[in-house]
Amino acid sequence: MSNNKEVLLSVKGADVAFDNGGKKLFRAVKNANFDIYRGETFSLVGESGSGKTTIGRAIMRINELSKGEILFKGKRISGRISKEEDRDVIRSIQMIFQDPAASLNERATIEYCISEGLYNFHLYKDEADRIEKVDKALKDVGLLPEHKSRYPHEFSGGQRQRVGIARAMIMEPELIVADEPISALDVSIRAQVLNLMNKLKEEKGLTYLFIAHDLSVVRFISDRIAVIHLGRIVEIAETETLFKYPLHPYTISLLSAVPMPDPRIEKKKELIVYDESKRDHSGEKPILQEIRPGHFVFANDREMKEYEAKLQEMEARG
Amino acid sequence: MEERNIILSAKDIVVKFRVRDNYLTAIRNVSLDLYEGETFAIVGESGSGKSVFTKTFTGMLESNGQIANGSVMYDGKDLTQLKTDKDWEGIRGAKIATIFQDPMTSLNPIRTIGSQITEVIVKHQKVSNAEAKKQAIEIMERVGIINAEKRFDEYPFQYSGGMRQRIVIAIALSCHPQILICDEPTTALDVTIQAQIIDLIKKLQQELKFTTIYITHDLGVVANVADRVGVMYGGQIIEYGTVEEIFYEPAHPYTWALLSSLPQLGEKGKELYSIHGTPPSLYNEIKGDAFAPRNKYALKIDFEQEPPFFKISDTHYAKTWLLDPRAPKVEKPEVIKDLHEKITLMTEKGGAYYVEQ
Repeated sequence: MSNNKEVLLSVKGADVAFDNGGKKLFRAVKNANFDIYRGETFSLVGESGSGKTTIGRAIMRINELSKGEILFKGKRISGRISKEEDRDVIRSIQMIFQDPAASLNERATIEYCISEGLYNFHLYKDEADRIEKVDKALKDVGLLPEHKSRYPHEFSGGQRQRVGIARAMIMEPELIVADEPISALDVSIRAQVLNLMNKLKEEKGLTYLFIAHDLSVVRFISDRIAVIHLGRIVEIAETETLFKYPLHPYTISLLSAVPMPDPRIEKKKELIVYDESKRDHSGEKPILQEIRPGHFVFANDREMKEYEAKLQEMEARG
Repeated sequence: MEERNIILSAKDIVVKFRVRDNYLTAIRNVSLDLYEGETFAIVGESGSGKSVFTKTFTGMLESNGQIANGSVMYDGKDLTQLKTDKDWEGIRGAKIATIFQDPMTSLNPIRTIGSQITEVIVKHQKVSNAEAKKQAIEIMERVGIINAEKRFDEYPFQYSGGMRQRIVIAIALSCHPQILICDEPTTALDVTIQAQIIDLIKKLQQELKFTTIYITHDLGVVANVADRVGVMYGGQIIEYGTVEEIFYEPAHPYTWALLSSLPQLGEKGKELYSIHGTPPSLYNEIKGDAFAPRNKYALKIDFEQEPPFFKISDTHYAKTWLLDPRAPKVEKPEVIKDLHEKITLMTEKGGAYYVEQ
């Protein structure tokens, strides 16, 4: 079904390794492979230390790949590229950060914060054009043009995150890497920001890479989900499929850990703890394999057989 | 329900902070009776006053804060009268202990885990160092540290976030407190670790029989841990009741809004319910119901006069004019009606959150 979709970004066999003070290299991301299609929200879900942010940063060209490559619209953007290509990538791929307070310059007005990209890339004809663009960006994210003379500290957390989004949007990007954009926000504000992101996606045809640790949020916002554990992508599937037919034990433990707002159910819930070291590692080395069209799971042939049997059982049940 | 003892009783607490030349009223007339052995969860957003309120139970308000009114009765004493650290000796830490959000900042990074636990035991129980070490290792094992004897001499950086939080719990419990205040104990942790820590606290509570106050913004966590729940907004408890009453028969529009905006209840492709606007500023005097400006069910009187607590059942009270007999009848939003049935469908076979056990 995804054959006719355009691949916007493609991560191929990507490794990110960090120098561990002369000791053994630490592989934060191990052999990551996935495609992001134009117009979708693709989520990376995992715990802290899983490498999900590192992948996001590698796409932004902040972390270098030690192996593999990243293609954007078919062109390689990892490693050494020309200055022009670099500028192009920076413009087309924008980022929204977790902490809106830390990601805005507190000594600059909102107008400057939002225009910064325009200044750096000379993306405006004249002053009037720039101001018009800033006003429009502010309106797009639900703020008012008169807010632009204020400073970040005059805003609430939710409003600051809107500024962060406006700052990314003004560059007219094609892909937005959103790294835990709602984790630092209050419960009543989270829904506002999620709705805003969905609205902008529809209106501007944006593509999102959404990085998060919370499956309930991810289920609401994404088209496809990749689950990542200890630097390794263990399962990729469309949202509905992943929730309906989770295969990898880590995905299952993550799913069981989502707290449900229902005391009768929550109080009798049994916890499923995933312990990598207690798994059966016999047989050949596992790799990410496609078990159904679009549904990938990290397994070796022996495990594939088990997953296949389990999947058939689940499918039969409906 | 059998007759239960009140272990701690807070009455009409008002807390003010001096910020530059302004006064900020963080807690506005809050009362709470805590029953022995229960888990009382306080839910609210940041700035609602949930942490500040419980800090009055341990005398840990920041130095610019003061209790302007009210009393906290515990063990025949009014805790609001205690001033110096000496006054608090024997209560803070010993009888009423707190676990904070971030396990890294609650531990000293340059001292071994073991010395940080034994320090507390020696101080509060006046035992020898050898005895304290024995007790420390025991309690480390109890909170699930494998190889406790070896890990006794390690430093906090050698522990993962979840393990560090276990140590913080071990330190808090090493003096056998009667009341344990858990202030967002799992917010800084991963979801799977969060579930383990919650399970641990519940297990220890059954074994050691302490009373728990659980502060969180996460309603999913509340559903799991709480016997009773208080919902805070703008420095007040605006609704309280048993956990089932709060989830299945919520009465205050703010509680409705909090429940409705949970992503677990969101449907893909549709807008998630969101509360517009932002919480009130506590610098200004709040007139009427603090939630009124964000409340689509607000009545005229909500902007003029503060609502009293209306009784819904013996255990369930809410502070909203909607419960006044003269108020128009308003039903809770569609998305949280039949909540139990909806969530049951989600967690049963075929549901999105079904997991095979």
